[in-house]
Amino acid sequence: MMNLSVDICGVKFKNPIIAASGTFGFGREYSDYIDLSLLGGISVKGLTLKPKVGNRPPRIAETPSGVLNSVGLQNPGVDYFLEYELPWLAKHDTRIIVNINGNTIEEYCEVAGKLSKCCADLIEVNISCPNVKQGGMAFGINPDSVYNVTKEVKNVASQPIIVKLSPSAPDIAEAAKAAEQAGADAISLINTLPGMAIDIKTRRPVLANITGGLSGPAIKPIALRMVWQVSTAVRIPVIGMGGIMTGDDAVEFLLAGATAIAVGTANLLEPGACVFILEQMKQYMTENNIEDISELTQGLII
Amino acid sequence: MKKSSLCMVNENVRIAENTYRMLICAPETAQSVKPGQFVHIKIPYDRSLLLRRPISISNVFTDSGGIIEIIYQVAGTGTYLLSQIKSTDFIDVLGPLGNGFTKPKFVKRAFVVGGGCGIAPLKLLIKNWDDVRFSSFLGFKSKPYAYDLDQFELLSEYVFVSTDDGSLGHLGVVTDLLSLRLKREVPDLMLACGPMSMLKETKHLAAKHGIPCQISLEERMGCGIGGCLVCVCETQKGTSFEYKKVCSDGPVFWSDEVLMNFDESKC
Repeated sequence: MMNLSVDICGVKFKNPIIAASGTFGFGREYSDYIDLSLLGGISVKGLTLKPKVGNRPPRIAETPSGVLNSVGLQNPGVDYFLEYELPWLAKHDTRIIVNINGNTIEEYCEVAGKLSKCCADLIEVNISCPNVKQGGMAFGINPDSVYNVTKEVKNVASQPIIVKLSPSAPDIAEAAKAAEQAGADAISLINTLPGMAIDIKTRRPVLANITGGLSGPAIKPIALRMVWQVSTAVRIPVIGMGGIMTGDDAVEFLLAGATAIAVGTANLLEPGACVFILEQMKQYMTENNIEDISELTQGLII
Repeated sequence: MKKSSLCMVNENVRIAENTYRMLICAPETAQSVKPGQFVHIKIPYDRSLLLRRPISISNVFTDSGGIIEIIYQVAGTGTYLLSQIKSTDFIDVLGPLGNGFTKPKFVKRAFVVGGGCGIAPLKLLIKNWDDVRFSSFLGFKSKPYAYDLDQFELLSEYVFVSTDDGSLGHLGVVTDLLSLRLKREVPDLMLACGPMSMLKETKHLAAKHGIPCQISLEERMGCGIGGCLVCVCETQKGTSFEYKKVCSDGPVFWSDEVLMNFDESKC
């Protein structure tokens, strides 16, 4: 019998596939297309203390093997989530990760505080959104600010915290170590890379926000390199993501050192992507006589 | 569970300048589709083009095994590749998606207002709402871009056509014709799909004459099912606004709900 379950800081996931924040709504939107209980976990749309309207459209552009988005954290706010979305999602047998955001450290803490009595399994501290003017990625660049925000959120959070890092950090391993030292229970990476597309007919940026975050297969090699660097630098578990489209991609991230992986852009192309990727991963394990998924994590031969 | 499916293409032909008609064998979609809904189509041949393209369903043939028709313009590499598909090839289709046009009980006489590719979903609408008397207002860039006029003639009481260069029908925009007609006849309902400038003027005329009006919006789209929040439009909320999702809250909205404070220079 194949074992697909993984342990992330004491929380058991039935398999290592997590739907990535911002690409999967609150799960509900995908529930006509996918049995949510088949997923290891769902990281919900990034939440803020107050509802956030987000950036002007157009918010998406297609680039070679990639997608740029500039949603800007549109969300109904943490209170709405707790009242109307979480109870519905909690009926499903999957781990719930709540992605939180703020303009200030105090806001991150307030959101984490509001979640303290809820049934969510983990908190993902998003310090890497490239599409907001304040906060977001600004916290994820410098190891000192990574340390500060992690430490403060850890103090108030009742769930284990995952710190989601930005590929824009000059030294991703240093950023990860800062999070670990401040008490992070896990690391997730990478968020999108800042990018741009221009319509040469109109001479205007395709995105109304001018720049956006690049995701998809275009960023996979960068993501994989960073997951490898981080997983060799810290002891806490790493959730790897960045352009995972197939089971083989997922296996690459596990080999690079990830304990679990998140699927983002692939959900936009194919609502059933997470399950297809899981099935392909199982097939790889069968073909290669791998009985336990943990054999893959850090199974890289150098 | 709903899912995307590989469907056989029965026909894919050029019907006007830059404009193509594709017939797709999609029995389940054909059974359930409402006018104004769309299918989300994966681009063939080039896997580096990741995003699906949302295209309105313009006709349905249920008697021949369940065929849907889409009409699209070649706007870039993705739609060019779509135009290269041969009949009997397969295409990856997700849908039908979105909410179509709503048929209120009171409607007896309606105006449909379409521009370019936007006339496509209106064709299915006037075919399906067969107890309503329609007048059709259709605008094109020029004569070579016009298509399916015969079908609109067949299904409407009156058809009014305009082109930007006057090569067919009225020289000018279709809302000129709409504005003139509204002085003689006020319908129970207006339904519009086309460029933003046309929708904005239609919304304005509907408000001026007190006519309920539904407009179908277009926006660059991601998942198509309401999960990624990229294809939004501004809608009224109290004294302010909120962004609603074009794919799953729309693409059809009541015109008084949508704010159209966009920058016209970008159209």
